[in-house]
Amino acid sequence: MPVNSLRTADTETPSRLSLEISGISKSFGRFPALKNVSLQARDKEFLALLGPSGSGKTTLLRVLAGLEQPDAGEVRFDGEDFLAMPVRRRKVGMVFQHYALFRHMTVAQNIAFGLKVRKRAERPAKSEIDDRVQNLLSLVQLEDLGKRFPSQLSGGQRQRVALARALAIEPRMLLLDEPFGALDAQVRRELRRWLREVHDRAGVTTVFVTHDQEEALDLADRVAILKDGELKQLGSPNEVYENPADPFVYDFLGAACRMPGVVVGNRLTVADWETVAEKGAPQGPVEVFFRPDEVAFAPADGAGLAGEVKAVAQRGPDVRVECLVEGQLLELAAHGPSLPAGLAPGLALRIKPLRPRIYPRGV
Amino acid sequence: MTAAATPAGAKPISASRLPGLAFLLVLASAVVMAVLVLLPLFTVFHDAFSKGLGKYLDSIREPDALAAMRLTLLVSGISVPLNAAFGVAAAWCIAKFEFRGKSVLLTLIDLPFPMSPVVSGLVWVLLFGAQGWFGTWLIDHDIKIIFATTGLVLATILVTFPFVARELIPLMQDQGADEEAAALTLGASGLTTFWKITLPNIRWALLYGVLLCNARAMGEFGAVSVVSGHIRGLTTTLPLHVEVLYNDYDFVGAFAAASLLASLGLVTLVLKTALEWRHAGELSANRRH
Repeated sequence: MPVNSLRTADTETPSRLSLEISGISKSFGRFPALKNVSLQARDKEFLALLGPSGSGKTTLLRVLAGLEQPDAGEVRFDGEDFLAMPVRRRKVGMVFQHYALFRHMTVAQNIAFGLKVRKRAERPAKSEIDDRVQNLLSLVQLEDLGKRFPSQLSGGQRQRVALARALAIEPRMLLLDEPFGALDAQVRRELRRWLREVHDRAGVTTVFVTHDQEEALDLADRVAILKDGELKQLGSPNEVYENPADPFVYDFLGAACRMPGVVVGNRLTVADWETVAEKGAPQGPVEVFFRPDEVAFAPADGAGLAGEVKAVAQRGPDVRVECLVEGQLLELAAHGPSLPAGLAPGLALRIKPLRPRIYPRGV
Repeated sequence: MTAAATPAGAKPISASRLPGLAFLLVLASAVVMAVLVLLPLFTVFHDAFSKGLGKYLDSIREPDALAAMRLTLLVSGISVPLNAAFGVAAAWCIAKFEFRGKSVLLTLIDLPFPMSPVVSGLVWVLLFGAQGWFGTWLIDHDIKIIFATTGLVLATILVTFPFVARELIPLMQDQGADEEAAALTLGASGLTTFWKITLPNIRWALLYGVLLCNARAMGEFGAVSVVSGHIRGLTTTLPLHVEVLYNDYDFVGAFAAASLLASLGLVTLVLKTALEWRHAGELSANRRH
């Protein structure tokens, strides 16, 4: 699973809040896009808004940019009332999902735009603008493409121009709307690392919208998970991955197997398998979740859920084991050493979820 | 409007698949084109020059003809820029914003297309004519709209209103509002955003719309005829001038004037084709191939 190797600073260190969103609601006609969303970002934090399409994450980003006005709620940035400020005074650098590059301008003109439209008194001299553009072009590794038009660039290059253009105004906050959405998987992974480096170097609070859980967990300091316009959970990638607040979050953050079970006292029973329930687990009928790669295999006379192997397939270092358990076909993942002996279709065995999560049934 | 929309991905069948039928159909359309379009066009120029070049030039240089040309240029010179401005404003509202009554506005913009131009002329007579709603008030204040240039301009504006807006709306809808939003976040004012982002993005489509609008404005007959009063040398535009001369049995004069209008049409066609060829991608989305 994703491991965030780039994140060096401990996210638990208390740091100044820079962005405070409280009670934001927004409807489009009768459709509620955001319902009473409150969350905060610390100074220089990289915050991911993660959710499926229609969860309201892009609407929230547009509220921060000033492109949408919420029906209720408050947005403060460094103590200032952001909602009272027009878009152009907020100094947020926004990277749009489809980049929104100015198609009739060259790359260099695109990047210089935010500086050139400043009032005469605040506008840097022409030579200084040119220098800044050159610096930004080298930051995004496009030194030689300044004279090209957006239509002459690849998707990844356009994305980097959009980022350079947003950084040119020295934004107080960087907003990224599905920045990798339109790119292929290989380019996505490369740009992801690079984006994190740019964020660390620029030192601005960054809010970043994505529907890709792996991206969010890999990149962000903290992840806010949204569904149907509501904030479901906010926490560091580890917190949300290890402790999903509800079945939706569990399911959304990775592959999940689910089984009905019953908790009585501190005993969890799933079919004929009985184990210790985690502390504070809900009582009565429950839904038990576990990750398909967090299971141990045992012989048929051992402890665990009784299953029958249906298919086995080698997938790189992993082995995919399709198992019929309690009438459900589960696709489990196992590594070499944890493989049961004589693994082949037809083998009866027991499956023991290593870290089952228990949620009340019917939620 | 003009070119037929081809759905994306739909490709015409190669003619070689249906040799006999395709040939017959192409031949039939060629014959129809020749009879219905090329022959009349040829006749216009043939009759205009039937008494020689000298007579042709004389009828064009005659004072009433010159006055008609000046009036046509004046009327289109006023109505086309106004319609370009209205068209950009309407297209901007419709393409970039969501609001109640948007579909009503879209329908209203289209209204002049299905409506007979005579009606478009008549409404102004009903409003501002001597017997019209504001007729008495206008006479009292000595303001002349009907049988005057103002009326001609109003009638022309009404008839040619949809051309620019209709050209821009699909393109602007296709382009979306993201570039404008980006400009705003970068600190540009609304006005700067319009001049530096919106307008450059629609320049070719705007030119295209203005071209069609101008051709129609200069060639409009029906609506203008109702409000003109046909006062020679004063309220006759070029198309009306053709009619007046024709009714006077001055065929060379009528066809000479008509040849100017036909030439305007040909020039418009050439420019329009050049635009479609050079800037197809920046014209309306529905004309894209």
